[in-house]
Amino acid sequence: MKRRASLFLLLASCLSAQVSFDRLLNTDKEPHNWLTYSGSMMSQRYSPLTQVTPQNVKNLELQWVYQARSLEKFEATPLVVDGLLYTVQAPNDVVAIDAVTGRTFWTYSYAPALDARPCCGRVNRGLAILGDTLFMGTIDAHLIAIDAKNGHPLWNVNVGKASAGYALTHAPLVIKDKVIVGTAGGEYGVRGFIAAFDARTGKEAWRFYTIPGPGEPGHETWAGDSWKYGGGSVWMTGSYDPALNLTYWGIGNPGPDYNGDVRLGDNLYSDCVVALDADTGKLKWYYQFSPHDEFDYDSVQVPVLADMDWQGRPRKVMLWANRNGFMYALDRTTGQFLLGKPFVQVNWATGFDEKGRPMRAPGKLPTPEGTLIYPGNQGGTNWYSPSYSPRTGLFYIPTWENYSSVFIKAPVEYNEGRRFMGASPRSIIGGLRGPQQNTRKENEGFGAVRAFDPKTGEKKWEFKMTDVTDAGILTTASDLLFSGGREGYFFALDARTGELLWRSSVGGAVASGPMSYSVGGKQYVAVSAGNSLFVYALRE
Amino acid sequence: MWIAKSCLFIFAGGALLAQHAYTPGDVEEGGKLFRANCVLCHGPEGDLVPGVDLGHGKFRRASTEDGLIRIIQNGIPGTAMPPNNIQDFQAEIILAYLRTVASAGHGVSGNGDAARGKALFEGKGECLSCHRVNGNGSRVGPDLSEIGSLRRTVELEQSLRDPNAEVLPQNRYYRAVTRGGETVTGRLLNADTFTLQILDSKERLVSLSRTNLRESGFVDQSPMPSYRDKLNSQEQADVVAYLASLKGL
Repeated sequence: MKRRASLFLLLASCLSAQVSFDRLLNTDKEPHNWLTYSGSMMSQRYSPLTQVTPQNVKNLELQWVYQARSLEKFEATPLVVDGLLYTVQAPNDVVAIDAVTGRTFWTYSYAPALDARPCCGRVNRGLAILGDTLFMGTIDAHLIAIDAKNGHPLWNVNVGKASAGYALTHAPLVIKDKVIVGTAGGEYGVRGFIAAFDARTGKEAWRFYTIPGPGEPGHETWAGDSWKYGGGSVWMTGSYDPALNLTYWGIGNPGPDYNGDVRLGDNLYSDCVVALDADTGKLKWYYQFSPHDEFDYDSVQVPVLADMDWQGRPRKVMLWANRNGFMYALDRTTGQFLLGKPFVQVNWATGFDEKGRPMRAPGKLPTPEGTLIYPGNQGGTNWYSPSYSPRTGLFYIPTWENYSSVFIKAPVEYNEGRRFMGASPRSIIGGLRGPQQNTRKENEGFGAVRAFDPKTGEKKWEFKMTDVTDAGILTTASDLLFSGGREGYFFALDARTGELLWRSSVGGAVASGPMSYSVGGKQYVAVSAGNSLFVYALRE
Repeated sequence: MWIAKSCLFIFAGGALLAQHAYTPGDVEEGGKLFRANCVLCHGPEGDLVPGVDLGHGKFRRASTEDGLIRIIQNGIPGTAMPPNNIQDFQAEIILAYLRTVASAGHGVSGNGDAARGKALFEGKGECLSCHRVNGNGSRVGPDLSEIGSLRRTVELEQSLRDPNAEVLPQNRYYRAVTRGGETVTGRLLNADTFTLQILDSKERLVSLSRTNLRESGFVDQSPMPSYRDKLNSQEQADVVAYLASLKGL
């Protein structure tokens, strides 16, 4: 065993200082840590670390593995705070791990209620931290505060009815003294919401329903009583602009998913991004990506915030790679539509009108007989984190190209706790838990990491995979890009060219977003794949 | 494989007759299984479900050890008692543990006042200087927020009077001295051939490489003082009553 250069005692350091909100706002000042789900409030999944470079990345080697005591998909991105790594073992066990050795300090085990019924796996995507407290949402719709030093629960509040399909699967977002979460359950006819809770007590501070109630603006976009069961779930972490005091969240599909006849109208705020006042939860603006969606095009993607020169003037921009196959640039101060371009094959819309509303292609609707739609049910991308590198100025998207589904429409009635979808689409490409063999042709769908100029939508390069990808993307200040795919490879690309520089077989699909941290001057790159967390660093 | 141990017989209380001999280790393991699987509904004394007192042979559905084992494993359909993934020998040692509950009897804390106990705990006893309850106090000692769900009153009483009598493995104290001369003491959280993980006396989570240590080992004496002479009998009963009331979230 090679001895480390330093003879000092601390392999992993300690929680020497509490994680203040100020630290969460200034993550660029402590690049050795990873303090939020996407690495910063801007959600660029960009690490300022530079020790691992395009030149030496070939020397990355495995440092340690954490094997989850769970056969569920490992979708969590860890947090790292001064040498301590926190992650979630599905469904809802929190573990504190020495980020250098992989050894466990403590485990907090939470047993979700037996009637929890998340649609798509008993999964969790991560944690939030404030002070010495971690926050986790659970699949039975509880929000739990946990002492980061000893793993003891501090408070536990129920935010929705698990037996009716409400569930929390995403990493919470801390803003000031509040913890913000939204509920999943779009396949069960929930009425979605985003809610903020006092970080100290768990007391609810505000709640924004993603489907307006009677008398509220937007209520008229739902026919009859359809708003009561309209979905509009939330299952990915939002972003925050402190100067505007706005928090941005993507909203999921309307319900029933594939039969819009019972919910005629645009169905606000399903498939929208909403900008909320972080103190009150009041809606400041919204933009709807897929009005009256019948393809399950959840807009739950991570809102990527970037400040850039836009047509000759500095602008606060939001970049969005949507499940519906289009990438967008919006003005995040006003919600103004700036750009929309397809990043994969799309046939449900032909473009945008002057206000940024998509123009529907004639006849491209679900029918009882079935209609072929691009992109298919899982989308041109999905919840997999994109990345924006302020160095390259490129927007990186995990994509499914040539991917389609036949969308079928069928009647459905709402029954609490039962699926409320209105038939089911047919696709050649199956789910993550299906057979692992891939024999598809390229024109039947493939995965790719694609790099785009966000100002024009022009594709700059792509890295094609044979199988599709459920992996997020990490970029670094040394112009590296890390990602993976369903084939079970974790790899590094040159962020400027897309050239493959390194790969490692992790023996299971990568269905999480990679991240990077450093301890004692040594940079690590971590990714969850299969049922385990893998951590790499340069060979010594 | 089940091997009858010869060193210690623990006799049954009530209707439960011991069919094997069990070592103290078996009984301790049975207690762990009980706490992990049963205590949430039945309580640490086994008497939380109306009409059922597990430690005193008071059952509704079975009177033999075999019958009880089947209930532990299969549950009781139509009731809140679920099936459990517990092997025969595990169920046997849970029953062995319950027999010790019966033989030990109840503690003296029945006449304690939890409110007075809380005041003593936070005041005269200075317990928060090492322990933590619901987010208040130090993390150096065990967090006691749910101790009332995990430990019986007789055990709490014993810990108060004689802290060294039983220290649970997860609460063992450890001391390490680095080659540089720095001493780290605290609760051992994890250990392997090459490293140690400790919550130290400054409430830091630290990971140590054994190659960097000059010496290391368990501290035999619990850092907790005995309250046998620091609190009178009534005060002890009050503190125990308070601890027994701490059921967590």
